[in-house]
Amino acid sequence: MPAAHLGPQPEDKRWKIIELAMQRHDYRPEALIETLHAAQSAFGYLDPDTLKYISARLKIPPSKVYGVTTFYNHFNTKPRGEHTLVVCTGTACHVKGNDRILNWMQTRYNLAPGETTPDNRLSLVEVRCLGACALAPVIIPDGAITCQTGFAEATKIITEWLGDAA
Amino acid sequence: MQRSDLERHAETRRQFLNGFAHQILVCAGLGCLHNDEIIQALRENIAAQGQEQHILVKRVGCMGLCALGPVVLILPEEISYQRVIPSDASEIIAALGKEPVQRLLLPADLPFFTRQHKNVLTLSGRIDPESIDDYLAEGGYTAVLKAITEMRSADIVRQIQESRLRGRGGAGYPTGLKWSTVARATGENKYVVCNADEGDPGAFMDRSILESTPHAVLEGMIIAAYAVGANNGYIYVRAEYPLAVKRLKLAIRAAEQKNLLGPAICGSAFDLSLQIRLGAGAFVCGEETALIASIEGNRGIPRPRPPYPAEKGLWGHPTLINNVETYANIPLIINRGADWFAALGTDKSKGTKVFALTGKINHTGLIEVPMGTTLREIVFEIGGGIPGGHAFKALQTGGPSGGCIPAEHLDTPVSYESLSELGSIMGSGGMIVIDETTSMVEIVKYFMQFCRDESCGKCIPCRVGTAQIHDLLEKFCQHRATNADLAGLEMLCDLLKNTSLCGLGQSAPNPVLSTLKYFRQEYIDRIVDSAHSPLEDAA
Repeated sequence: MPAAHLGPQPEDKRWKIIELAMQRHDYRPEALIETLHAAQSAFGYLDPDTLKYISARLKIPPSKVYGVTTFYNHFNTKPRGEHTLVVCTGTACHVKGNDRILNWMQTRYNLAPGETTPDNRLSLVEVRCLGACALAPVIIPDGAITCQTGFAEATKIITEWLGDAA
Repeated sequence: MQRSDLERHAETRRQFLNGFAHQILVCAGLGCLHNDEIIQALRENIAAQGQEQHILVKRVGCMGLCALGPVVLILPEEISYQRVIPSDASEIIAALGKEPVQRLLLPADLPFFTRQHKNVLTLSGRIDPESIDDYLAEGGYTAVLKAITEMRSADIVRQIQESRLRGRGGAGYPTGLKWSTVARATGENKYVVCNADEGDPGAFMDRSILESTPHAVLEGMIIAAYAVGANNGYIYVRAEYPLAVKRLKLAIRAAEQKNLLGPAICGSAFDLSLQIRLGAGAFVCGEETALIASIEGNRGIPRPRPPYPAEKGLWGHPTLINNVETYANIPLIINRGADWFAALGTDKSKGTKVFALTGKINHTGLIEVPMGTTLREIVFEIGGGIPGGHAFKALQTGGPSGGCIPAEHLDTPVSYESLSELGSIMGSGGMIVIDETTSMVEIVKYFMQFCRDESCGKCIPCRVGTAQIHDLLEKFCQHRATNADLAGLEMLCDLLKNTSLCGLGQSAPNPVLSTLKYFRQEYIDRIVDSAHSPLEDAA
């Protein structure tokens, strides 16, 4: 991920992906959100240099690029930790106890949604309903949807999965 | 593609499928975990026995009963198995053509299956969502051919108007009327947009339709574009639905290869290009003017209407915006006629509606019932009632913009009007069952927190009001509220409803207002000075 700080590197394929996203839309202003998606999936997050670059290429003021980036929940401007735990906070997951899981993460790991542990080991992300309500409460450790039966099992999965080192 | 090509493709596929003695359909929706492993285990088992020519294993879309998933369906016997795991594969295959595996059997007479009426979901869980041929074999795209080669645009619009289909995204605006406005609008560029930004937490109708029958949505959009004279279209879909996005992309590519999308569709003079736009996690983008702003690359901020998008939409051009389920109804109406559609449902709400049943209910899943079905039938017969011996408390419909309906109104037939009379809304079709163990004030605070976080911030009533209401609800939750707080809560709800710019702010008070109406005692029990009257308090 540090490559993003260095600005476009011709040999770095990730910049090509971003360039292609803009090209596909003829560098028109409406390419912005699609480009941000491409940049985030390439670098994992959107740092100021990336945003400045996109702003220059699409001829959109940096203030607007920043405004759009921070308006949408999906975009993050800080790097994620080694591991990411996504907790669904949709209604079905809420009534089945995911608020307790979030509280527990706060107490046990001192982590609120959107934050990363100081050792950069774990990021906690809150998502507004994945539509997998039959599996509620849903947690997603590193991208694998985990179906569990409740709070006790969820916390067990999390501690085991982290090797409890965070 | 001409009619003869379409029929040839369909016939070839049907012959291929009929060549198998048995078909094993495995639900590969998001809700059925480990379906890949199940499919692999079944295929390995079949290969080991050299039965590949006789038994077909097929990945299909959602079969609806997510609570008992992964579900496997055996054809032609129509035997369903529940909670299947990969190690069940050999037993399932050994039982083909013999007595079914009793311990996995899902009773065919379960009200969950028998009480539903499937139109939009007919092919969901029956066809491979990633195979256009599978869709063609079931008569897919015949409605596009019929519309483009046999009907004039005006006839199509009239047929949709006569069907009295209403928008399935929430507001229930007459679809045909919207189409006729866009069709009448002048301008060289017109657009069709599919609103697949299903933001209501606890709702997954659109996800499931897109994952199960993506071609049905494309077919509806093609017919709509032809009817209103649009040559470009967008599907605005949530980034949180990667499987739906993947299947939509495959579907668009397959339709382009078969000349059902792109230039000169089916040899006609009609061109249509469809593109996917990924949402980025903003609930307000379900509002049509915010959605337009987002497709244009801006922050998703609504603007006042009129002008409506039908007149001035994307880049100022006339734009038709319909929801996923609305589009999925279109091919059926074209093929079977407006009368067929209008024969189902209530006086003012026609057809069927797909609902996502979740929360404290036994049969969590996706259902489709005719409008007019009672809430009791949905919750207690189809939904199988409340688990754990708990008592039903409320049915929450319409997501954060909806309301909570108490037990005494469970015999209400479901329709746009009836739900609105009860102080809730149909919304897009999410139904969350709440049992006696949940506090209504707590759940309402959850919805208000959602609206507060999702408010775009443009208009003050919504931006400040949702935060103020949330803080008041917090006081109730902590048993610190006063009578003045109760009066303030009601005043603020009224203010938001009447002065917010868009639907988000206008409807955000609904959960509060409906619970104040039906569960007022829960608020009063949390007031510290409940012995005093509000008047004394003000003095």
